Amino acid sequence: MARLAMVIDTKKCVGCMDCVVACKTENNVPEHLDRDWLVYETRGKFPTLHMEIRSERCNHCDNPPCVYCCPTGASHVHDFGGVVLVDYDKCIGCKACLASCPYDARFINPNGYAEKCTFCIHRTEKGDDPACVAVCPTHCMYFGDIDDPNSEVSRLLASRNHHALLPAAGTKPQIYYLT
Amino acid sequence: MIEIVSTRHNEMIDPLLHVWGWEIPVYLFLGGWVAGMMIIAGYFLFKGRAKAEWCSCLVLPTISLIFLSLGMLALFLDLEHKLYVWRLYTTFEIASPMSWGAWILLLVYPGLLANMIIRIPPFLAKPFPRLKSFSAMVNEHPVAIKTIGVINMLLGGMLGIYTGILLSSLGARPFWNSSILGFLFLVSGLSTAAAFVHMVAKDRYERELLAKADNAFLTIELFVLGLFLIGLLTATEVHQRAAHLVLGGEYTAFFWVIVVFMGIVIPLIYQSLAVNHKVPHLMLMPILVIWGGLMLRFVIVVAGQHSHWAQF
Amino acid sequence: MDVTLSRRRFLKISSAALGWSVAGGTLGKISPRASAANATNGGIETIPTYCDMCFWKCGAIAYKRNGKLWKIEGNPEDPLSRGRLCPRGTGGIGAHYDPDRLRAPLMRKGERGNEQWVQVTWDEALNFIADKMQQIKAEYGPEAVALFSHGIGGTFFKHTIKAYGSPNIAAPSFAQCRGPRDTGFNLTFGEGVSTPERTDIRHARCLTLIGSHLGENMHNTQVQEFSEAIQNGASIIVVDPRYSIAASKAKYYLPIKPGTDMALLLAWMNVIVNEELYDKAYVKKYGFGFEAFRAEIAPYTPEWAYPETTIEPDLIRATAREMAKHKPASLIHPGRHVTWYGDDAQRSRAIALLNALLGSWGRKGGFYSPVSMDVPSYPYPPYPPSEKGKVDNPHEKYPYAHGHGALTTGIRDATITGEPYPVKGWFVYATNLINALPNEKETIEAIQHLDLLVVIDVIPSEIAGWADVILPESVYLERYDELNVEWFRDPFIALRQPVVESPHNQKPNWWIAKKLAEKLGLSEYYPWNHIEEYLDYRLKHAGYSLAEIKKKGIITGAKQPIYFDEGVPDEFYTPSGKIEFYSLQLKEKGFDPVPKYTPPDPPPPGFYRLLYGRAPVHSFGRTQTNPLLADMMDENSVWIHVDIARRYGLKTGDTIRLKNQDGVLSNKVKVLATERIRTDCVYLVHGFGHKNKMLKRAYMKGASDAELITRYKIDPLMGGTGMNVNFVTFEMEA
Ligand SMILES: Nc1nc2c(c(=O)[nH]1)N[C@H]1C(S)=C(S)[C@@H](COP(=O)(O)OP(=O)(O)OC[C@H]3O[C@@H](n4cnc5c(=O)[nH]c(N)nc54)[C@H](O)[C@@H]3O)O[C@H]1N2
Ligand SMILES: Nc1nc2c(c(=O)[nH]1)N[C@H]1C(S)=C(S)[C@@H](COP(=O)(O)OP(=O)(O)OC[C@H]3O[C@@H](n4cnc5c(=O)[nH]c(N)nc54)[C@H](O)[C@@H]3O)O[C@H]1N2
Ligand code: SF4
Ligand code: SF4
Ligand code: SF4
Ligand code: SF4
Ligand code: SF4
Ligand SMILES: [Mo]
Repeated sequence: MARLAMVIDTKKCVGCMDCVVACKTENNVPEHLDRDWLVYETRGKFPTLHMEIRSERCNHCDNPPCVYCCPTGASHVHDFGGVVLVDYDKCIGCKACLASCPYDARFINPNGYAEKCTFCIHRTEKGDDPACVAVCPTHCMYFGDIDDPNSEVSRLLASRNHHALLPAAGTKPQIYYLT
Repeated sequence: MIEIVSTRHNEMIDPLLHVWGWEIPVYLFLGGWVAGMMIIAGYFLFKGRAKAEWCSCLVLPTISLIFLSLGMLALFLDLEHKLYVWRLYTTFEIASPMSWGAWILLLVYPGLLANMIIRIPPFLAKPFPRLKSFSAMVNEHPVAIKTIGVINMLLGGMLGIYTGILLSSLGARPFWNSSILGFLFLVSGLSTAAAFVHMVAKDRYERELLAKADNAFLTIELFVLGLFLIGLLTATEVHQRAAHLVLGGEYTAFFWVIVVFMGIVIPLIYQSLAVNHKVPHLMLMPILVIWGGLMLRFVIVVAGQHSHWAQF
Repeated sequence: MDVTLSRRRFLKISSAALGWSVAGGTLGKISPRASAANATNGGIETIPTYCDMCFWKCGAIAYKRNGKLWKIEGNPEDPLSRGRLCPRGTGGIGAHYDPDRLRAPLMRKGERGNEQWVQVTWDEALNFIADKMQQIKAEYGPEAVALFSHGIGGTFFKHTIKAYGSPNIAAPSFAQCRGPRDTGFNLTFGEGVSTPERTDIRHARCLTLIGSHLGENMHNTQVQEFSEAIQNGASIIVVDPRYSIAASKAKYYLPIKPGTDMALLLAWMNVIVNEELYDKAYVKKYGFGFEAFRAEIAPYTPEWAYPETTIEPDLIRATAREMAKHKPASLIHPGRHVTWYGDDAQRSRAIALLNALLGSWGRKGGFYSPVSMDVPSYPYPPYPPSEKGKVDNPHEKYPYAHGHGALTTGIRDATITGEPYPVKGWFVYATNLINALPNEKETIEAIQHLDLLVVIDVIPSEIAGWADVILPESVYLERYDELNVEWFRDPFIALRQPVVESPHNQKPNWWIAKKLAEKLGLSEYYPWNHIEEYLDYRLKHAGYSLAEIKKKGIITGAKQPIYFDEGVPDEFYTPSGKIEFYSLQLKEKGFDPVPKYTPPDPPPPGFYRLLYGRAPVHSFGRTQTNPLLADMMDENSVWIHVDIARRYGLKTGDTIRLKNQDGVLSNKVKVLATERIRTDCVYLVHGFGHKNKMLKRAYMKGASDAELITRYKIDPLMGGTGMNVNFVTFEMEA
């Protein structure tokens, strides 16, 4: 079974937000709402600073509380690659999943249902990269199957230091940040 | 020094999560209240007071039915995709407290109706005369009444606990992340219901009993609240930070003054004196308890949404 | 520059011509991805074109879904974008959907600048303009009409204005942008850096960025190559008073005191020469006047530079050694917007000299030698000669002011003074002069002297607010434009073609320029009826056709040598034919033959130097109404160091106004209290604080750096306007 994941090289990311714009156009994300976003984390005292720039989105957790809490089964784990999705026709907009996500990765679409990053399932099922990955001018995002030890993502994780977000929250996030 | 800049600006999410407004606290409060009333009514049924001239077990189911429906209306109003609400009943999601809640509510209604059968309220008896004979049939079997009482107590317990579990299962919000929350909301529901019955009961015995019970519930509630905070404070740093929302943080004054002091401590002290006949009963006290119960839901729902796991 | 370059150009063009037969073969092999181009499937239609969200001109593929513009992606065949656009390019479709667009020609009613308009037909507007132009020509001569034009869309306006008889054509990209850089490099190597910059960032082992804030400056290829350099483990050295995105990628970050880069550059050269770290063979072979240069820079030790720059001597030495260690693949980036302090051409020359010491010019990982394809120009009749010559630089006041066309600010001065002769008409194509030129008061004063101000724009920019006639142009997704035949690493031709129709009564530039020429009686300059004929003519004479390029949007030529060791002739088009470490021509004209340092003026007490730059999601002041890009960032904040902010009781999110040394007060602007900047300066992203009410989405959002730039220092070599010489203080806002 494939386990799709994203690996993002924070050393290369320049925080340009191209990934956000690309997601907006690819997926028709409504104005003023973001499926992905940038976080700039600066530590230290000028001029001895360190900055980590992260392109963030739903982590497609292996242990997804948003799926567990959903009363209708609208939030579910897709057969393909463990991607966490929302079936808009089942969603009642109760927002439990919004509250249950430690990454605040979801929002309510103006049409009433919960929405978030889909790992561009319509593209990735066909073997294409997600829109954000495909657009990134620094080539800092990688997408693939981490169950396959020979995939680019697996090799990067094996060879580079990395971290995921809020591991203590127990969600087993599947977006990895190379440092 | 850590400087965080995020470009996300999602409505209801940023800068602080605020997905639930007044509807959910009101729903949780009414749910808890109904739970308390069901337990009290069930208890009286079990104790055989259904035969008494006036028993709160005879009016509570009707009131519960109304309150529960109002609560569900609030919940419904909170839904963003209202036309799809029926989807709740096309599945049972075992891991989802909300799904449990939906189905529990579906059981609570028949439970309440069963209780109402015992003495049909006039507004039902008139349009449905056949209910009367049905009621008479049930009344011939004391065991049936006792059973209805037990069922009501059980359902009330489930309902009360569920209102807390709904929040505590959302582990992303450390402030809610305590299994005590279910018990806290149950006790709070009981104290609210007891205060209410104490206020409306026509029967002196029930009034006195429920004043005492209320004092007991309030004492337990105080204790459970303490446990709740200690639980957070002795957990991870994230939970400690969450606890600080009411221990020095933004919601401290509201929590301690409105919820703890006015909603629990003052009524508790006064009613303790009242049941010992040191002072006359005061209508204000049960009102404070009820108000405190509502405010407890508000502060927990709001503060909980503002608690998070992030390291900054 | 054009004159000295002709030999090289000739060489390149002929070698390019040889390359095509080879290229013809590869053209047959269409990659599966590109074959989707121009195809329709499942309601999806793809049309290749090239981007115009900035001047980089990346190849792109636009997608339509059920006839509606859906998205735009990079064209994988295009060497500039390599299949990936920058955020502005990706958000380009917002330019088509922008609700604030100009919709029909407008003519002023009432006072200039009052922004009251009557909608007119194209015929009415163009007749009015043509009549006015004829009057001006009769009274003052054709030179009295000047054209300000930025970007490739101005091609046909330039043509019309030249045919009309005026040589006064200017763009802010010289005197407000990269003019000093190209002057400094020209004086040193005999060639400029040009655009797209000939920097071989991809192969650099050490990359030094002096204020070039790649990652915020989103010139696509540069950013992509910057990332490649990081990936390859190149050492990055960043010099910036602000901890830029690039600084966060650096091995060495040098938080320099603004305006003192020259001191740092001199100290670096001092170390590299003193420690004998320079590329001796290269300097010996190509250098002119090295010994005199060595003597000139002898006093500039790191210890000398320390109090000026605030950079520790050890750090200066360490970074000098680091860049020398990787020579010649050690690139000191020449920057692009370098009009900072008025000594910019000399600072750029110092950068050129440092590169020369490292032997990076003409070498892999340094500066490559760009190549291009030969596409003959259209055979127009010759333009009428101008009797009076250009108006912008009387008596060659700035001897090196001959970049591309005239000096914007020179034309502005002449318009105000009427010297050397009056200027009475301005055509403004795709440049918002109010925002782009320093000291907007002078621009507005100049406008008062005009008989005609025509603005061709896509949105109601500030300069459009002052116009007599506003002509609404179709955005790039709705029109053809001139072919992009770029001088770059790889030779290629790119086509811009319409993807969708203009939503209202907008027209493409070629149509407007041609119609105007016809109304001016200059029809013989437009022998073609439709731009398609023009494009096809040029392509046919290069061996291709419009039909062919329409499919893929790009035609690429064969690889050609781009480094000295690949066979590029190692020639320098300087007077000495060598790299001029010591410049006799500068000496003759009374300038320093080797750059010298002058300290910048200090801020008045309680004031902070105003710095400005780019945000990755916006292009200057032209994208703030683009719904997609505004959604990414809808206002700017003023960056203030946390300690300074605290002193004023300010924290992030507070609103203040900035007041400059001349009392000019900005819009309200939010504070970003941050560690990421020095305590003696503040920073604004350029392009916000719009004042034209018709820009509904952008009106009064954030503060305008341009408005606060009331002072500027003119570069004595080439007339560039140094704009980092303004200071601001904070006005608390309740
Ligand atoms: N204060 C300050 N001044 C600066 C700079 C700065 O950073 N700060 N930067 C300098 C630099 S580096 C440069 S290159 C210049 C840039 O200066 P400009 O090129 O003048 O840039 P903008 O101010 O964005 O103005 C561009 C205008 O073109 C219009 N436009 C966009 N697309 C089209 C189109 O397709 N057709 C037509 N007809 N019009 C179009 C836009 O609406 C806008 O009004 O500014 C320089 N001046
Ligand atoms: N997203 C985006 N990208 C763009 C553009 C755009 O509009 N938007 N415009 C394009 C154009 S035309 C140009 S010219 C370029 C301009 O971009 P660049 O040439 O890269 O940068 P500048 O605008 O010159 O300078 C801005 C940087 O210089 C720093 N700086 C200011 N003063 C000093 C100083 O005294 N010394 C040093 N060492 N650093 C200093 C500032 O802190 C800031 O980081 O960007 C291009 N790329
Ligand atoms: S597009 Fe790439 S470089 Fe730009 S912010 Fe996103 S991940 Fe970072
Ligand atoms: S990131 Fe949030 S929404 Fe995404 S799978 Fe994890 S918990 Fe669910
Ligand atoms: S909002 Fe929709 S997806 Fe989320 S938990 Fe409720 S029903 Fe499920
Ligand atoms: S994977 Fe697709 S949906 Fe998710 S953030 Fe990227 S572009 Fe958006
Ligand atoms: S750099 Fe960006 S905005 Fe400029 S042409 Fe390329 S994609 Fe378009
Ligand atoms: Mo520029």
